[in-house]
Amino acid sequence: MTLMTINDILKMTNEELKIYLTEKFPDAEIVEGAQYIELTVKPESLHEVCTLLKQTDETSFDYLICLTGIDYPEYMKVVYHLESTKHRHVMVLKVKTADRVDVKIDTVSDIWHTAKYHEREVYDLLGIEFNNHNDLRRLFLEDGWGFPLRKDYVDEVRIVER
Amino acid sequence: MSEIKEVFLNTDRLVTDEYLVNMGPQHPSTHGVLRMLVRLEGEKVLNVQPHIGYIHSGIEKMCESLSYPQIVHLTDRMDYLSAHMNNEAVCLCVENALKVEVPERVKYIRTIMDELTRLASHQLWWCVMGMDMGALTTFFYGLRDREMILDIFEETCGARLTVNYNTPGGLMFDIHPNFQKRVKDFIKYFRTKLPEYDQLLSGNVIFKERTVNVGHLSLADAISYGVTGPSGRASGFSCDVRKHQPYSAYPLVKFNEVLDTRCDTFARYEVRIREMHESLSIIEQLIDNIPDGDYAVKMKGVLKLPEGEFYQRVESARGEFGVFIVSDGKKNPYRVKFRSPGFSNLFALNKMAKGFKIGDLVAIMSTLDLVIPDIDR
Repeated sequence: MTLMTINDILKMTNEELKIYLTEKFPDAEIVEGAQYIELTVKPESLHEVCTLLKQTDETSFDYLICLTGIDYPEYMKVVYHLESTKHRHVMVLKVKTADRVDVKIDTVSDIWHTAKYHEREVYDLLGIEFNNHNDLRRLFLEDGWGFPLRKDYVDEVRIVER
Repeated sequence: MSEIKEVFLNTDRLVTDEYLVNMGPQHPSTHGVLRMLVRLEGEKVLNVQPHIGYIHSGIEKMCESLSYPQIVHLTDRMDYLSAHMNNEAVCLCVENALKVEVPERVKYIRTIMDELTRLASHQLWWCVMGMDMGALTTFFYGLRDREMILDIFEETCGARLTVNYNTPGGLMFDIHPNFQKRVKDFIKYFRTKLPEYDQLLSGNVIFKERTVNVGHLSLADAISYGVTGPSGRASGFSCDVRKHQPYSAYPLVKFNEVLDTRCDTFARYEVRIREMHESLSIIEQLIDNIPDGDYAVKMKGVLKLPEGEFYQRVESARGEFGVFIVSDGKKNPYRVKFRSPGFSNLFALNKMAKGFKIGDLVAIMSTLDLVIPDIDR
């Protein structure tokens, strides 16, 4: 029991995290989801917010669990699941693009190394480009293949729909 | 004649070039189809670049046109050695979204099956770890014991590997009447066999020479690269989902999260061996106390998740497995993402292998315990 003292005090519940994030990022949209606090930011401020979330002692989100790209009819979204290995709180960060054409957002691979490969996957399957990414190539598929996870992808070889 | 002699003796004039070696995609130590471009200077590894996608099957895309109970059956095709955990992750995610509480009996059985799967997976890992390093005997010892678990699976689930035992709301069917007895027999048997593993491999001088202080991965790198599971815990990264976000019957059992701070290949090896002891103890705590009750709750014929985003984490044999479902209220998900542990673990390989010999690369890869369909999805 002695080992878990200071970090337990610093662990924020969802409500505390919500209050803290609202103060810290007044421009961002914050909702309490089914499980985690969800923070939605604009693409321009993504890198800055991520840096702050990782480096500030109160939050210290140093572990990027999962990075997901989602295609919607009018826009695209990238979802980051973050955990702090110090305080053990989890949150969800989302970035929403303005449209679906020529989508570019900043990379976070300089903040979390694992993002480098997750971003390559998102680029490969959804065609979202990441600025300042130092190795943005296709990961699974060959060059010239479409972006299969986009909703308007035509499944020519009929792998999915029969 | 003298001139040739001079050339061979004068090492200053030898040309040492960097060169590229293509390892895989059919290399036996990759346990599947993984290709790596290894840049070498002599035997020293300068850089490892994994190329994946040889068995990319588009499971995430397929899920978008399937119903939730159907998705469960696809997940054990990813990490087939953690089939039960993968199935469970989707079921838990769907149950949480629908706010369905499964009976206690289901939670107990799921947890026992989880740990049996983890044991079977670690046993197979131990087999091939020895084999990768030239010790073929381990393969026979490990498979002999693993067979017993697979027989238990076969009797209860009807399948040996891709068990498909979970369904949203509970289990496909109740446990076989022999289940408890056979599991207890297995625990008793395996407790006598586990020390053999140490005698065969753990204390072996050659094995230790090749693993101790090899393939270093620091704690900061493990977190930044998202290396979870036994590989992450060997670097001191406390990442056991069973501890931090417990599910099923894990809140009810006492077990230790196995951590090590030596960060090398041998630490990753030993963490798995110690985890097998923990798994046995978890099963022992549960097997006699399985409560009576239903093995499933009645679910609707067509499952429709409420609109929203749902994430479920479980601890598979390789690390943290995550299911992210985005629902728009229909019977098919709008988008499904699987966070596979192998994917994140693989890309830390370059960090670990840099500066070591190419022979060490095989050992390091072994301790990452890669399953390629898990990475490619």
